Amino acid sequence: MASPESAVNGPTMTAGAASKSLRNAFGGVIAFIILVLIGVLAFSIRLFSVIKYESVIHEFDPYFNYRVTQFLSKNGIYDFWNWFDDRTWYPLGRVIGGTVYPGLTLTAGTIWKVVNSLNIPLSVETVCVFTAPIFSAFASWAAYLLTKEVKGPGAGLTAAALLAMVPSYISRSVAGSYDNEAVAIFALVFTFYLYIKTLNTGSLFYATLNALAYFYMVCSWGGYTFIINLIPMHVLLCIVTGRYSSRLYIAYAPLVVLGTLLASLVPVVGFNAVLTSEHFASFLVFIIIHVVALAYYIKGILSPKMFKVAVTLVVSVGLAVCCAVIAILIAVVASSPTKGWSGRSLTLLDPTYASKYIPIIASVSEHQPPTWPSYFMDINVLAFLVPAGIIACFMPLTDSSSFVILYIVTSVYFSGVMVRLMLVLAPAACILSGIALSEAFNVLTRSIKFQLPGIAGNPSIAVRMWRKENGSSTVVAPNDIPKTEEAAKEKPAKKNRKKEKENVEKKPTPSKTEKRLLVLPLEASVIAVLLLVLLGAFYVVHCVWAAAEAYSAPSIVLTSHSNDGGLHVFDDFREAYSWLSHNTDVDDKVASWWDYGYQTTAMANRTVLVDNNTWNNTHIATVGTAMSSPEKQAWEIFHSLDVKYVLVVFGGVVGYPSDDINKFLWMVRIGGGVFPHIKEPDYLRDGQYRIDAQATPTMLNCLMYKLSYFRFVETDGKGFDRVRRTEIGKKHFKLTHFEEVFTTHHWMVRIYKLKPQRNRIRGKTKKSKSSRSVSSKRDVRGKRNPWH
Amino acid sequence: MAVGIGFRRRLDFLLLVIAILSAPVLSDLILSKVERQIDLTSQIARISSTIKAENDGSSSVSEILLAIPELQAKNLAYLTARVIEGKGKARTSGLALTVEPANPKGMPPALSFYSIVLPKPLANGDSVTLDVLAAFTHSLRPFPEKITQADIHLVLFQDTGHYLSPYPVKVQSLAVKLPQARIESYTKLDNTKTLGSEIKYGPYENLPPFSYSPIAIHFEANQAFAVARELVREIEISHWGNVQVTEHYDIVHGGAMSKGEFSRLDYQSKPQIRGASAFKHLVAKLPPRAHSIYYRDAIGNISTSHVRGDSKKTEILIEPRYPLFGGWRTAFTIGYGLPLHDFVFESEGKRFLNISFGSPMHDIVTDSITLKVVLPEGSKYFSVSTPFAVQQEEEIKMSHLDIFGRPVVVLKKANVVPEHNQFFQVYYKFNALAMLMEPFMLITGIFFLFVTCIVYVHVDLSISKSSASYLAKLQWDEVRATVQQIQNIINQCLSTHEKLEASLRDLSRTGDVQACKAARKAADGLLKELSKELKPLIAFLQSTPPAAHILPKVEELVAKERELQERLMAKHSTIVDSYEKKLGGKETENRVASVQQKIVALRQDIEDLMEYIDEI
Repeated sequence: MASPESAVNGPTMTAGAASKSLRNAFGGVIAFIILVLIGVLAFSIRLFSVIKYESVIHEFDPYFNYRVTQFLSKNGIYDFWNWFDDRTWYPLGRVIGGTVYPGLTLTAGTIWKVVNSLNIPLSVETVCVFTAPIFSAFASWAAYLLTKEVKGPGAGLTAAALLAMVPSYISRSVAGSYDNEAVAIFALVFTFYLYIKTLNTGSLFYATLNALAYFYMVCSWGGYTFIINLIPMHVLLCIVTGRYSSRLYIAYAPLVVLGTLLASLVPVVGFNAVLTSEHFASFLVFIIIHVVALAYYIKGILSPKMFKVAVTLVVSVGLAVCCAVIAILIAVVASSPTKGWSGRSLTLLDPTYASKYIPIIASVSEHQPPTWPSYFMDINVLAFLVPAGIIACFMPLTDSSSFVILYIVTSVYFSGVMVRLMLVLAPAACILSGIALSEAFNVLTRSIKFQLPGIAGNPSIAVRMWRKENGSSTVVAPNDIPKTEEAAKEKPAKKNRKKEKENVEKKPTPSKTEKRLLVLPLEASVIAVLLLVLLGAFYVVHCVWAAAEAYSAPSIVLTSHSNDGGLHVFDDFREAYSWLSHNTDVDDKVASWWDYGYQTTAMANRTVLVDNNTWNNTHIATVGTAMSSPEKQAWEIFHSLDVKYVLVVFGGVVGYPSDDINKFLWMVRIGGGVFPHIKEPDYLRDGQYRIDAQATPTMLNCLMYKLSYFRFVETDGKGFDRVRRTEIGKKHFKLTHFEEVFTTHHWMVRIYKLKPQRNRIRGKTKKSKSSRSVSSKRDVRGKRNPWH
Repeated sequence: MAVGIGFRRRLDFLLLVIAILSAPVLSDLILSKVERQIDLTSQIARISSTIKAENDGSSSVSEILLAIPELQAKNLAYLTARVIEGKGKARTSGLALTVEPANPKGMPPALSFYSIVLPKPLANGDSVTLDVLAAFTHSLRPFPEKITQADIHLVLFQDTGHYLSPYPVKVQSLAVKLPQARIESYTKLDNTKTLGSEIKYGPYENLPPFSYSPIAIHFEANQAFAVARELVREIEISHWGNVQVTEHYDIVHGGAMSKGEFSRLDYQSKPQIRGASAFKHLVAKLPPRAHSIYYRDAIGNISTSHVRGDSKKTEILIEPRYPLFGGWRTAFTIGYGLPLHDFVFESEGKRFLNISFGSPMHDIVTDSITLKVVLPEGSKYFSVSTPFAVQQEEEIKMSHLDIFGRPVVVLKKANVVPEHNQFFQVYYKFNALAMLMEPFMLITGIFFLFVTCIVYVHVDLSISKSSASYLAKLQWDEVRATVQQIQNIINQCLSTHEKLEASLRDLSRTGDVQACKAARKAADGLLKELSKELKPLIAFLQSTPPAAHILPKVEELVAKERELQERLMAKHSTIVDSYEKKLGGKETENRVASVQQKIVALRQDIEDLMEYIDEI
């Protein structure tokens, strides 16, 4: 009886050993193939927009980037750096070379150049459209590398697969969404990977690469400040928890020195890299790490007694010096009005800041705090897996896993402040979920494997052990702490203990004898595996749905399904821009709310007053004031700015909700912020924003109302606005200072022309020169028109 | 202002008439009958004249002169003449005759002359009937020149009521066909009558040469005044089976300029009245089997187009992004693929492309056309034959994976009307093997990529062969090789253990104690040999410093394996022993149980250790 039993055990084991070496040999190849497939998946899931709509640049900012790329590919890099754009912010203009993050455009420009030098005639537009999907494939590979450094290749592959299709990232990187974030997420994850790699190896080579990756990130996105604050935080954490090592020093010091030097090479950052408070933390930690390094060094050469004396000496002197330095720093920082922080950064630190002080930041929908459903929409099941991943990172806690934990914690906070920063959370969530999933599969498959061959023996033990594990992490974690402590010391050995293969089929590692016994009952593990697979399937279904339905619309083309199943296309924006570009003079100035600035310059090639760059609040406020003024004052403002056409977006006919009437209150607020004669309450009836018969006369007489609803009543006889779901207040009126020159097919864009100034009639001039009216008129004009 | 222009025109004509009257009479040709019909139903003024010429003189005449006033001549886009044979219903028109600009002496300066070369000289008393078709662009002048959205679109056409010819004309008549019956005004000569949308002049008899009586017709015209200011047609031949045509249009509405407001409301509610002068769509007639049709402009796809196709043609209706009012412009691109075998043929060792010249759009005037025929890379000896004169250039286009570039034949022509849509030919020589060049290049490229990868992996690229790290790396490689050997040996040991177990199984089945003992002996010998082999390897590991950190594990592994061996032997001997003593199964089991447990544990340990060492 005994011998048959052992005989059953025997062959499986040796066969296992043989197949294991085979698996090792092919593991790398399989992992490579899986990675390639993940790349293909990441690329192709983002093509829904091209298949469902067309290969076109999306939304607003991408149009600007596209225009810059066109300029770059046409005029070369030097002209690009010196580019003063006179087609926007008229009459101020904008220095493009010094105010854009050039990473994205340089990347796409380089791709275009390389491709064309190989005689593959791709247009700049095509390259721009497909840059984001290509870089999301890179980003998922970077996520693989990062997670592999933290928890081994199995977790890496899982994380890469999750990142390849996480909806939050898809929303910013579908084909055509040619925005900074598209390349920045790759740069972010890759910089973190190189940091962890340096931390794990202590190699100066990787440290240099890390600085270069950081440079690329600085080139690409303003979000680089996240890196330069997160890494110092982690370094500080390591120092405080007594994990200082030479590897930490090598990972950090070169990054700060090289990184800051490189960052200041980017024109848009320049001296900000040393002057603004966003970078302050990195320098502080830089000093601290040197002090600590010195302390460790002195500790090494002095006897313990001498060391104690030295410490007391240094501490007393050092404190005094520190106080002085900090006092000076505080004085310097406090002398600047925003304490050295930019508006957006301050919004991050104090979520209520923007709505209090900077309406222009608050007016952007992507700067609003997210709602709970948006978490579910954007990261889906990852939200539930992240806590498990955090627990997995604590077993054992290493330098790299502590970094990941820090990353998720900070990014969760930031995403809670601004919807847009959900994008920073997504990679962290993917990495932690990847770790969680792979650890879970690890445990479950191990249990199954452990029990399958020798079920006969010991169900009681299994159950007992399962109970122990089920007794949760509180039991396990304390056990782990001493172990990790020593693990940190013999780091390379520890690292090597990480498995090199898919841990779905992993066996336990030898050192953890007590861990191996943590076995779940067979049935429970099988069911759990099935449930996990189901969870993954749910995630995949959700991601594909999100990619196909929610995030692929280019927003300049709208579609609706008619009752008979046909597709109706609303291409009004391009209709209007096309009309402007072909039928107006090349130097005509077009005024519109800033949302449409980038599109107007890129698609219609006409000069605009304000655009999505929003760098000059006063200028935007001027346009806001004009839009909220009565026709005559608006005409004066626009005329003084040389405007020839005014463009408004109106959704009342087809029910397009994000039109100018719905944005109008922001125009009032921003305008009123600079020109106090515009008062928000004037436009509200009892605190309510309305455009029906109850609306205030100020509202019904302002330019925006008139331009939007001009002759609207004649469409259906009542003037029923389908967005506001009400009949408009003032139905029949004529325009005195503007004339309609173009309205698109669905009335979504209406373009008006300023009527030329009336010929001066002698008698009238005399009349207006009479003393009474002149004084009052001057008064009014001085008040109403900020440009006179 | 418009009136002023009209007045100046009149004055011009007056001068012209004076000039004409002073001109001498040419040759002895008499035009016995001239019937003219002016078709103004589209924006192109097509004047077709049937001329019956008689030679009244003594010498034979081989050419007939046509006179066209200079003002019109600059708008002349197309001019052909054909001989008509037979009469009444049996009329057939012959081949097109050569028409070339002529410059006869002693003629009034304000006229341009074209001479028709007759197929055979006209002898005395003979007559010939010709059909002459002339198409003029931009000759319908909008008047008033600026209209609002609601105004009707009126145009003015000016010509001569009497046939202008250097020859005397015996009988002549003129019919003007207008698009609509609504005529604002027209010049009344004697014998003028209107019939619906047609105005008839004549017949007039026996008029001397160069008789000229200006007429002006002012009428409503709501047809599409689509003028392509510039058209670039690119025809790219791929011998993989496709002829790709790409056409870039720059369109303007050539009618009266629109002034004042454009109200979408008016346009949508009363398109016939408040948008009559605008045109909404264009129709293009593409060849049959056109595929992959696209319609886009600089900012993306334009979704408003419809394609209808049958075996004779493919009709595509394209709407620009917005309706075009007078003076409004738009630009777009259409592209389509055509099957190669419909358009490229082979004859006498040469291939030739046979495709139509002008724009496929219905009734469009093209101010300037640039036609580029992109031949496949490697084609040589190309020549062009066109039915009319064009300007010809050559250039090189670099396209997908080209090395030398593709030869491009560029043809340019100004003032093109649909009558120019005739087939032209581009002859060239092309070796079919050249088609394979690009795939071959790709294959080679990828091949070399892999070769480079292989070379990179196998070549030692370190710069300093004596540096410490390099030596350490070499040593480490050696250590790994040794560890690998050790692992192999251990694996062999394990398989030997397997054999022992198997012998035990045989024992329980057959009860053959001797065979079992023999197996054990053999295994014993083998294991000893293996452990002998193991010794130098372990010694090597002990002597090399880089192996220090895995040495303990390896030693542990070897020790465990030895222990396992011993246990196994013990188990083996116990079982054999109990068999010899014929003990019961239960008792044997009891005796072996403790050893068995130990063996299982040891096996697990060994496996774990192996795995761990594997991962280093």
